Amino acid sequence: MNAPTTTANEDLFAYPQDRACPWQPSPGYQDLGRQGPLHRVRLWDGRWIWMVTGHSQARRLLADPRMSADRSRDDFPAVLPRLDAPIFKPIAIIGFDPPVHDVHRRLLAPDFSLKQVRAMRPRVEDLARRLVADMLQAGPPVDLVEAYALPIPSMVISELLGVPYDDHEFFEAKTVGLLQAKSAEDAERAGRELWDYLDGLITRKEREPGGAGVLSRLAGEVDEDGDLTREDLLRIALALLIGGHDTTSQMIALGVVTLLEHPGQLAALRADPDVLPAAVDELLRLVSITDVSGVRVATEDIEIDGEVIRAGEGVLVSSSMTNRDPGVFPRPYEFDVHRTRGGNAASGRQHLTFGFGIHQCLGQNLARMELEVAFSVLFEGIPGLRLGVPLEALPSRSGGTMQGVHTLPVEW
Amino acid sequence: MTAVWVSADQERCISGGRCMAATSEVFDQDEEGLVVVLTPQVAPELEDRVRKAAYLCPSRAIRIGDGPTQG
Repeated sequence: MNAPTTTANEDLFAYPQDRACPWQPSPGYQDLGRQGPLHRVRLWDGRWIWMVTGHSQARRLLADPRMSADRSRDDFPAVLPRLDAPIFKPIAIIGFDPPVHDVHRRLLAPDFSLKQVRAMRPRVEDLARRLVADMLQAGPPVDLVEAYALPIPSMVISELLGVPYDDHEFFEAKTVGLLQAKSAEDAERAGRELWDYLDGLITRKEREPGGAGVLSRLAGEVDEDGDLTREDLLRIALALLIGGHDTTSQMIALGVVTLLEHPGQLAALRADPDVLPAAVDELLRLVSITDVSGVRVATEDIEIDGEVIRAGEGVLVSSSMTNRDPGVFPRPYEFDVHRTRGGNAASGRQHLTFGFGIHQCLGQNLARMELEVAFSVLFEGIPGLRLGVPLEALPSRSGGTMQGVHTLPVEW
Repeated sequence: MTAVWVSADQERCISGGRCMAATSEVFDQDEEGLVVVLTPQVAPELEDRVRKAAYLCPSRAIRIGDGPTQG
């Protein structure tokens, strides 16, 4: 921690700041973005780090091997108090550098490949239709998070990993407890409960080999002297279970809100189903659900655009702001489902919501597929869907980086 | 017009599938999820999309050149 400069840091922009609109970055970030691509911002613990809002600078830094993602390093910034919890140090895949990162990622790549995800699609469509039928039967009002946005990714990741969906209320609640904790202690407590749960689950898989799912397969590959120790597997299980449902569920929820608040765009999507993949990428760009493309620490001095990021300095890449770099995305604050049309590089798909470099989201293809299915099945099944409360009254998450709503009341 | 050739480095590939999503005529994934180039010599009408795939590749595993690459 660079404590000696703490006093001087008081004048710096305080990170993070809450959004005023569910699909737009906080007004403070928008001001920063207008001032240039690189900024010094102050964290909760008084430390300052670089915040990157420029798209090309973000791509360069996230692909630079001199930027470490190793969360066990002493100089790795804890962007929020909860990230100081030991359970996050290190978290699998995203919190490791090569070579360990690459070895673990390769173990998982076949299960998350585009082909694998495409093969899963019909089952996810059946699931979404079943959930819509249940909502129609229950009648309005419905909390769309509980009835639809959360069950889709939660069931999908359960099946993919081999985690019993019957335990979903437990792991969903503990994931929220971990990701929305305001202190390291609260995060650690929720994280340990998940850890113990997964420990028990993997023990059962070790006793009864041959079960379905990624964790069952990997339980048979554990080798304490090899590439995958039992602790590695537990860390991977934790990262995949958490990463596999919370962000996707909130992206479904805020995506629905964004579409409902832009009736012209929703109509364009309904009129031409071929627009769906582009619309999903445009929503991913705009909503930037995690708000962060990646956090790193420089291991060497790195010159970039006339600035020098010194070894030991932290870097946070803002997805919501790099996704609004006006040099890359014309009319960056506008929601335009046709943005991705055309084959040129300056299309909407180059958003950094899933990050860039070797840590780009492992589940990005799965997430895209789930989002495509979720939006198309929902608006087809309930064409009269509308918000059940005014936009301003939505109970939004606050004080962190992961965006979302606690509940999403809808009617039809 | 000189033909454009494309190659992909499986060592660098992180199985993001961006290339295959952008240009499935040229890129595929093997059983491990790793990139496979189907047609190293790029048809002129696909060149823009192959360049886009290279740009989108998060691990910079795709190389575009003016001749075939060994290995």
